[in-house]
Amino acid sequence: MKKIVAILLVSLMMLSAVACAAPAPAPAAEPAPAAEPAEAVVAEEPAAAGSVYYLNFKPEQDEQWQALAKLYTEQTGVPVTVVTAASGTYETTLKSEIAKTEAPTLFQVNGPVGLANWKDYCYDMKDSDLYSHLTSDDFALLDNGAVLGIAYVVETYGIIYNKALLDQYFAADWSTIKSIDALNNFAALKAVAEEIQANKDALGVEGAFTSAGMDGSSDWRFKTHLANLPIYYEYEADGIGNTDAIKGTYLDNYKNIWDLYINNATCSPSVLSSKTGDDAVAEFATGSAVFYQNGTWAYGDIADLGDENIGMLPIYIGVAGEENQGLCTGTENFWCVNKNAAPEDIQATLDFMHWCISSDEGRQSMAFDMGFVVPFDTFGADYLADNPLLRAANDYIAAGKKSVKWCFPTMPSEEWKNGVGSALTAYAAGTADWAGVVTAFVDGWAAEKAAVQAAA
Amino acid sequence: MEKSIKRYFPIFALPTMLAFCIGFVIPFIEGIYLSFCKFTTVLDAKWIGLGNFKNALADPVFAHAFWYTAAFVVVSLIIVNLCALGLALLLVRGFKGTNLYRTVFFMPNLIGGIVLGYVWQLILNGLLLEIDRTLTYSEAYGFWGLMILICWQQIGYMMIIYIAGLQTIPGEIIESAEMDGATKWQVLKGIKIPMIMPSITICTFLTVTNSFKLFDQNLSLTAGEPAKMSEMLALNIYNTFYGRVGWEGVGQAKAVIFFILVVGIALIQLKLTKSKEVQQ
Repeated sequence: MKKIVAILLVSLMMLSAVACAAPAPAPAAEPAPAAEPAEAVVAEEPAAAGSVYYLNFKPEQDEQWQALAKLYTEQTGVPVTVVTAASGTYETTLKSEIAKTEAPTLFQVNGPVGLANWKDYCYDMKDSDLYSHLTSDDFALLDNGAVLGIAYVVETYGIIYNKALLDQYFAADWSTIKSIDALNNFAALKAVAEEIQANKDALGVEGAFTSAGMDGSSDWRFKTHLANLPIYYEYEADGIGNTDAIKGTYLDNYKNIWDLYINNATCSPSVLSSKTGDDAVAEFATGSAVFYQNGTWAYGDIADLGDENIGMLPIYIGVAGEENQGLCTGTENFWCVNKNAAPEDIQATLDFMHWCISSDEGRQSMAFDMGFVVPFDTFGADYLADNPLLRAANDYIAAGKKSVKWCFPTMPSEEWKNGVGSALTAYAAGTADWAGVVTAFVDGWAAEKAAVQAAA
Repeated sequence: MEKSIKRYFPIFALPTMLAFCIGFVIPFIEGIYLSFCKFTTVLDAKWIGLGNFKNALADPVFAHAFWYTAAFVVVSLIIVNLCALGLALLLVRGFKGTNLYRTVFFMPNLIGGIVLGYVWQLILNGLLLEIDRTLTYSEAYGFWGLMILICWQQIGYMMIIYIAGLQTIPGEIIESAEMDGATKWQVLKGIKIPMIMPSITICTFLTVTNSFKLFDQNLSLTAGEPAKMSEMLALNIYNTFYGRVGWEGVGQAKAVIFFILVVGIALIQLKLTKSKEVQQ
């Protein structure tokens, strides 16, 4: 008996030793299999010297990138590893991954502010095939003539709505707004939201808006994307594209839309701090709420509602002339190639990127499987991504509405966003007043811009 | 014998020494060096002197995290040790099912901190939802939520140490005290507590350092929300290092300050309780 126990114990110890010795997958990598190096494939084709390690930012498209990487390896023999950082941990993951011997060869930054931190790691892609196909320099990150980042997807966000539920509202005898065309400013949006909230039982919903969750998986929708609107209008009014000191001219509008979100939602404002992105998706996908602020990337999550039931409205915040405002369109996804990688790995990475945007398989995957609108001339009319959210975006542009630019890449730092997010949460919970948000927004902006410049 | 031990010393000690160097000494020294540097990743450090320490000490969030942690250490030290000692005194009486109770109280300690954090987050948020609150409503909710979690996790462990201590007290001492007419309270105060002083040293040391270094539970339960008000020192260091561009060195400096603090406090505490230990 003792012997058996001893043998069991020894084998258990050996097992744990082996488990510890096995190479651990990269931290925060979402799907474990992603981290498995494709060593088995290397042997097949000795001609392929380099390898690619792509640290992907978008968890929504992880599956598609994995599939595409596998396909590329099958076709060319070049091993491609795709690791996806979990939502909200990209910078953390990148920071620890890039210090490793097997560092990512392909990573991404979110714009000029992100680039400032990673400039020393970015390879100049001026002579790359990828850059030659870019439709406009607006989609590149330039630094003294060097092309350090290239955007690979253009996205749009607004208030996604459930068409079936909204049509029921228009038809109801208690509604004041009777068609989607009349829903073109903040006053109308407020009327609709408050009437739906007051008659939520008649409509069979739990609230007009999905929960504005301030958990880390969802708070970027408000501290970054929603905050873009007051910044955009201030930049427009002042005729600038960036500033060291924001004035907060449109913060009252920010308050109005935030009040509307939190007071006409599926849950009480005081519990928002622990609501997650998945909560909001679940509420919208099951028809418990009519409105859901998010963007084109969220299509996969809500596709079950049926294409005919999904539409997207601009985010109206009550600025004069906003009847002509369109959706928010821009990018914060820039590909960068790691300068410090081995030359053959850099070449392999550039080849892989070019393959993604030029081969049939790559274009098929990016346009249709991932649903990306891309800024490359190789896609033409044959590879146009299509879903109701993208159609809504195009319709607003076709109708002559002015798209709202993405100004949030000019936000001073993550720290600033977190400060605004915390202030929004405290305001929603009722533990602090709106002045806290104003302080975090205006004073925080100046302080963080100064801190970032001092650090540079 | 002496000789052969000396001769074979490297064979036995070297692998461990090597692992200790690779896993602790080298990173520790590099960490201290990095706290004087400015860097994005650990490979491109540039020496800048004491700037990081200045920034760290001027950071109001760091100061808040320090006082929050200090309060947590004091409260958890008292609650965990009192409850653990109380349970231990109950469970050495030898009534039926003692072993089952000991096991049950000890079990929470076997669950990892991250898992515990999420489990308790679900439970506590579920309860708080009844009054329209969540754990991240204010720092007090996070504080007491974390306290419940820590008590649940650590009381059983400390209880086992106290039981071991109580069982070493010779029965005749207590018996003779009772014969002399000592009350239960007098026995506890005059005999049991002085006799288990070594256990108390260990338990207070463990609770103080565990609470000071608390990280996973803090991260998974509240993640420092709202507005970093429930952020404890270890989490604050982590967030400074990874969350703020250009502040990696400051995070490192905070870690060095943190190390000095923990070592200092632990040494003082050891000295204090050690001096009260009696020889049997």
